[in-house]
Amino acid sequence: MAIEVRIPTILRPYTKDQKSVEASGETLNAVIANLDSQYAGLGERLLENGALRRFINIYINDEDVRFLGGLEAPVKDGDSITILPAVAGGSSTL
Amino acid sequence: MALTISRTIVDAILEQSRAEYPDECCGVILGPAGSDAPIRHKPMINAAHSPTFYEFDPKDLLALYREVDDNDEEIVVIYHSHTETEARPSRTDIAYAGEPGAHYVLVSTRKEIAPSVEFRSFRIIDGVVTEEEVSITE
Repeated sequence: MAIEVRIPTILRPYTKDQKSVEASGETLNAVIANLDSQYAGLGERLLENGALRRFINIYINDEDVRFLGGLEAPVKDGDSITILPAVAGGSSTL
Repeated sequence: MALTISRTIVDAILEQSRAEYPDECCGVILGPAGSDAPIRHKPMINAAHSPTFYEFDPKDLLALYREVDDNDEEIVVIYHSHTETEARPSRTDIAYAGEPGAHYVLVSTRKEIAPSVEFRSFRIIDGVVTEEEVSITE
């Protein structure tokens, strides 16, 4: 069994328009590395300087990975990972 | 490109922006997948509770996408209010814009233009902002 990763519209150009792909790894970091090896460039859209990008939310089995240890969050076969772009903005400057 | 939207939903969004003033308000309008028709208005909570920033709570965001998937819908419009500035995308809005298929609607209730308001729609794709016409149906 593998790990199912659901890909948001904005990142589907990297996955040949697939909504869901399979990956492997024992931590989120390893899964992202595995995704990037299959779909070049995808890793960079998720990470910046080795940390999760602020504009991206990642969930493991519906739990926000920020509460699961971030990139070190453990992942096992059969888990489902969902990637979503944050919906945010406002008149303030970043 | 244009956004066609009902007066009822426009009024509901303006009312929400006044009710949540001085904080920015936010929400989405959903429609059947592939329709590009904004039918179902769904106000969202601004988890930032700020006059200059809005953000969907990550839990609400996941629930929203699940709901959209389950109902075979799409997010047609993502909207928020600017309370003191013009209704056009800020640099922050552009940096965050993550739905290339959505209409990004901004409303402004700034005092300078009261009692009138601004209700404008944009596409934001790869950092490029294009304003589009808004056609309101009675």
